[in-house]
Amino acid sequence: MAEPATNLSRLRDVVPTLLILAALAATPMVALAIGDPFIVKVATRVVIFAIAAVALNFVVGYGGLVSLCHAGFFGIGGYVVGILAWHDFNAEPLWFMSGTSDLAISLPAAILLSAMIATIVGAISLRTSGPYFLMITLAFNQMFYYGAIALQKYGGDDGLQIMSTITLGPLDVSNRYRFFYLALAVLALTLLLVGRFVDSRFGMVLRASSKNETRVIAVGVDPWLYRLAAFVVSAVLTAVAGALLAAGQQFISPVDMGWDRSGDLVVMAVLGGVGVVWGPAIGAAAFVVLELVLSSWTTHWQFVFGLLIVLIVVSLRGGLADLAQTLFARRSGEAKHG
Amino acid sequence: MTLSLITEQLLNGVQLGVMLFLMSAGLTLVFGIMNFINLTHGSLYMIGAFAGAATQAATGSFLLAMLVAPLVAAAAGLALETTLLRRFYGRDHLDQVLVTFGSILALNEATRMIFGLTPLRMNLPPALSGHVDIAGIPYPTFRLAILITGLIVAGLLYLVIMRTRIGMWVRAGASNRPIASAMGVNVPLVFAALFGAGAALAGLAGVMAGPILSVQVGMGEPILILALVVTVIGGVGSIRGALVAALLVGVVDTLGRVLLTPALGSMAIFVMMAAILAFRPKGLFPAHG
Repeated sequence: MAEPATNLSRLRDVVPTLLILAALAATPMVALAIGDPFIVKVATRVVIFAIAAVALNFVVGYGGLVSLCHAGFFGIGGYVVGILAWHDFNAEPLWFMSGTSDLAISLPAAILLSAMIATIVGAISLRTSGPYFLMITLAFNQMFYYGAIALQKYGGDDGLQIMSTITLGPLDVSNRYRFFYLALAVLALTLLLVGRFVDSRFGMVLRASSKNETRVIAVGVDPWLYRLAAFVVSAVLTAVAGALLAAGQQFISPVDMGWDRSGDLVVMAVLGGVGVVWGPAIGAAAFVVLELVLSSWTTHWQFVFGLLIVLIVVSLRGGLADLAQTLFARRSGEAKHG
Repeated sequence: MTLSLITEQLLNGVQLGVMLFLMSAGLTLVFGIMNFINLTHGSLYMIGAFAGAATQAATGSFLLAMLVAPLVAAAAGLALETTLLRRFYGRDHLDQVLVTFGSILALNEATRMIFGLTPLRMNLPPALSGHVDIAGIPYPTFRLAILITGLIVAGLLYLVIMRTRIGMWVRAGASNRPIASAMGVNVPLVFAALFGAGAALAGLAGVMAGPILSVQVGMGEPILILALVVTVIGGVGSIRGALVAALLVGVVDTLGRVLLTPALGSMAIFVMMAAILAFRPKGLFPAHG
């Protein structure tokens, strides 16, 4: 690949990424200006699902592995934060450690646990590929889901309410605005991290093995380990998103890790565009806002939504990111799809 | 835990297994031939159940409901296949998941629009509402009837697939579509028929589940996921594998829920699946070489 092309494509990634982050960073000011704090709540939700969708896209878009168990990891992250906070609130030790409402401890704990589980799940699931992988991850998602329901002590079916105040080190992040910027910082880090991975040798092997596995093996590289690493990274980032959701809404429930939520995450990624790192972030924003708007119109919004998904798959192959790029390219007179 | 309880739960497990086989038969063969993951199969099950419940509510006849349900499900399945799903056989799995996922949302909501939020109840005909004695255990007649009906249908299906010419075409298509096509099998036609038949079986399973579970929106997805597990364990495209795996999953799931807590028991089959796949990634009886 020629050097200028790489620079240009990098620019194509950097500019939209910065635009997305800037637009999100401005939303609390908009909320303050028009006096509608609800906007911040929506924006926080957008940011959290953007983290998860960008993370999921690392395996879906670049690894060609359609995982349907990411809602499970999302929930695992949420439950780690929730359960630690529960033990903190009830002053009851959890095995050897005491509970905590400090994200500086519970986030690393969520990362550690999700990494361990993802390693096991990935090692088993990645022995298969394509549709088998999809079905197996779907089954694993249900396993996590029922696992969460089995946590009778922590609410079971009803979910787990976080009663204590969530902090980050000495910082109280229960403030809605402060929490939003915390989540936004995590999204920025996620975009940076996934972008670096995609451009690295690791990302190159991952992309190559999704395009032509036989060749990668023939070159002397075993794709399995790379896929497993990508799967674990992606799962961990998704768990972080789930941890933030639990901390932000002070609540986590099995509903947040149902298989349909895994499907939602895939829809977000595809809606935004799986070909670019920042695509799923737009997809998450579009998804959350669309869900909100449609559900305010009609209680049967899922009908419209389902048809929309079908329509998008049929017509919008590259997602919103591709649409934006095509429009931009056309305007600047550059024949991208000529 | 007494012996009679275990026997009863074993029977329940076999009964669930038989129903799962009816669900997975269509799923596994459709997948085997077209390499297409049809997540809407659970919706067809739901459509069958609702069609059955509506028929019974209108006519009062359970037998008629049993006949109408598979027909409606087959019609819905064929409509879905010819108008939408057919375009996606050549596409990648991501698109297939999305299009069927979107269809599930739309179908579920459409059902909710027509029938409302309250679950429908199906009543048992008097002849089936009692109990029969099996080795000294009173067992619900209806569950026994399901078990027997399921076994008969499963047996017939097995014979058709394994012993007839049409079944040979289906198996040929499932194990190698291009070669089967080259040898003169009209794969698209066989496939359309198969899709319809699979949908009918899903509808039948749905209406038979009606009196046991309540008929409600979203009833299709849990059974779909179990059927996917059956398909994966049995080996995609293998009818024999589906039969063995369906019974295995049915029994393990039922016993798991009784011996452990319901939620933990529901995890048991997924653990089993993981264990089997760790050693045999292609399932117990893979159809593709």
